[in-house]
Amino acid sequence: MSILILCDHENGQLHSTTLNTVSAAKQIGGNIHLLVVGDPSGKVAKAAASIGGVEKVLAATNKALENKLAENLAPLLKSLAAGYSHIMAPANTTGKNVMPRLAALLDVMQISDIIKVIDADKFQRPIYAGNALSTVSSSDTTKVITVRGTAFEAAEENGSAAIETLDSAEDAGLSIYMKSELSSSERPELTSAPIVISGGRGMQDGANFAMLEKIADKLGAAVGASRAAVDAGFVPNDYQVGQTGKVVAPDLYVAVGISGAIQHLAGMKDSKVIVAINKDEEAPIFQVADYGLVSDLFDAVPELEKELG
Amino acid sequence: MKVLVPVKRVIDYNVKVRVKADQSGVELANVKMAMNPFDEIAVEQALRLKEAGKAEEIIAVSIGPTQNQETIRTALAMGADRGIHIEAPQDIEPLAVAKLLKAVVVQENPGLVLVGKQAIDDDCNQTGQMLAALLGWSQGTFVSGLEITGEKAIVIREVDGGLEHIEITMPAIVTVDLRLNEPRYASLPNIMKAKKKPLDSQNATDLGVDIAPRLTILKVEEPETRAAGVKVANVKELVSKLKDEAKVI
Ligand SMILES: Cc1cc2nc3c(=O)[nH]c(=O)nc-3n(C[C@H](O)[C@H](O)[C@H](O)COP(=O)(O)OP(=O)(O)OC[C@H]3O[C@@H](n4cnc5c(N)ncnc54)[C@H](O)[C@@H]3O)c2cc1C
Ligand SMILES: Nc1ncnc2c1ncn2[C@@H]1O[C@H](COP(=O)(O)O)[C@@H](O)[C@H]1O
Repeated sequence: MSILILCDHENGQLHSTTLNTVSAAKQIGGNIHLLVVGDPSGKVAKAAASIGGVEKVLAATNKALENKLAENLAPLLKSLAAGYSHIMAPANTTGKNVMPRLAALLDVMQISDIIKVIDADKFQRPIYAGNALSTVSSSDTTKVITVRGTAFEAAEENGSAAIETLDSAEDAGLSIYMKSELSSSERPELTSAPIVISGGRGMQDGANFAMLEKIADKLGAAVGASRAAVDAGFVPNDYQVGQTGKVVAPDLYVAVGISGAIQHLAGMKDSKVIVAINKDEEAPIFQVADYGLVSDLFDAVPELEKELG
Repeated sequence: MKVLVPVKRVIDYNVKVRVKADQSGVELANVKMAMNPFDEIAVEQALRLKEAGKAEEIIAVSIGPTQNQETIRTALAMGADRGIHIEAPQDIEPLAVAKLLKAVVVQENPGLVLVGKQAIDDDCNQTGQMLAALLGWSQGTFVSGLEITGEKAIVIREVDGGLEHIEITMPAIVTVDLRLNEPRYASLPNIMKAKKKPLDSQNATDLGVDIAPRLTILKVEEPETRAAGVKVANVKELVSKLKDEAKVI
């Protein structure tokens, strides 16, 4: 068995969920190869080669792949597929965009967002916003899989795999990358941060998120949000935690002015310790919180910042 | 241009789902069903394109049991022009749905298919991308902005790092995200009018598509529930608990 993993990266940095995906692949067993696309500096390929248990890194250098457009990337993956029993990617926006396109080209049914490997054909995945867990067995010859990063440990970076370059790729001519508007932050990345502090509709406006940012800076935390806070324009879309946003499982998750709808819980209920600050003692978030503080956030949050020294 | 909008009938997002005792799936009997929320956004976008003179006809398609016709009626009440129901099992997989939708696309020849980014029951997030692959069309996924100019469209995509703008060639598949628009409610007169709009029904097996499942569901179970913790009296107590008891700060 051989497994191919499509690496995820941003701004020349290997995304940590790639390390989690390698761990999932190790549980399946077999030779693990990584594919890196859109990495002109070669930095990501080098980082990928240092992941323990990886046999080979394929660095695809063709310009058509630079922006990871699904129309160009899926055919490349398809051309490599014959050599692999499993093709995997982190369940991030790149993987979610490309992998189903690949699966259809291969005429296989993708297994989305796995949280457990039972064996090479059987996997567990959440359905209904994580309110049920489904164990499925696949009869397809090539398994196309996306992996929920928070469900697997990060593989260690103690390897030294060979890097092979790969130039074959074609521009399908169907789409053109124009530009990105990326939120930049000095804080840790949301899905891998050890501490996350999120704000909801209770924050009232975007400027009030500065209160959360001050605490985040003291704790080395990332800042997240509920859908309501994003929809209201308080913070950008990439802050959204939940069923249809990002899934996080930090050591500490602090929910401020968030009611705790199931769609939000779906993205954070596997956090080790959950704190909720909400003025409504009936808020459902308290049913999952290890420590609940019933208080007006505009009193509690500044005080919390002071207490943290 | 015709716009095709696949709409899925799912358990209403407000309902707390229950796993069946025999672990074969979740309880669907006597549970409130509704149109997948992302598909409401897709229907709304199609209506806005029509209102802007960029689309002539909106066709809502739903694949599943007979009751899915109710979901099509909802789309018609919002303003879609006609419906196509394809009779199929409730738990049909995205790959099979994409193949059936391809057959409909070949029949109807739309210039755009607006698909939900994700069905909130299976949480697969696959169908649109698969359909794009089967048709060899371009895809704009997780879209929060859509501007069509003739042969091309510019889409704004919600990605992990923020937003991405890409230009896609028409005809195209666009999968819609939460921030694209706010769907309208169907008014009572429109609900009445929708009852008279054409709704064609056909059987999946007549479309010459293999819809046999590729995945076997071995077991569906409840996740472990999280025990509720304690309430703290004030911020000082919270901080000391986090430091001394939980040891996370
Ligand atoms: C298809 C679909 C997908 C969705 N996906 C997601 C998702 O990925 N992520 C997500 O988060 N949601 C998602 N939702 C939305 C979800 O259902 C809820 O609407 C949303 O999570 C509510 O956000 P909120 O808790 O910030 O707002 P609200 O539910 O309005 O809660 C605000 C809370 O703030 C408290 N509050 C107000 N003022 C104060 C104050 N001064 N001090 C203290 N507390 C205060 C209130 O008591 C209340 O509990 C989705 C919904 C749908 C239909
Ligand atoms: N049975 C179905 N009937 C109509 N549309 C569907 C069906 N299943 C999926 N879709 C469409 O595909 C989208 C994504 O579904 P999924 O890939 O299952 O997450 C949905 O939002 C619908 O637009």
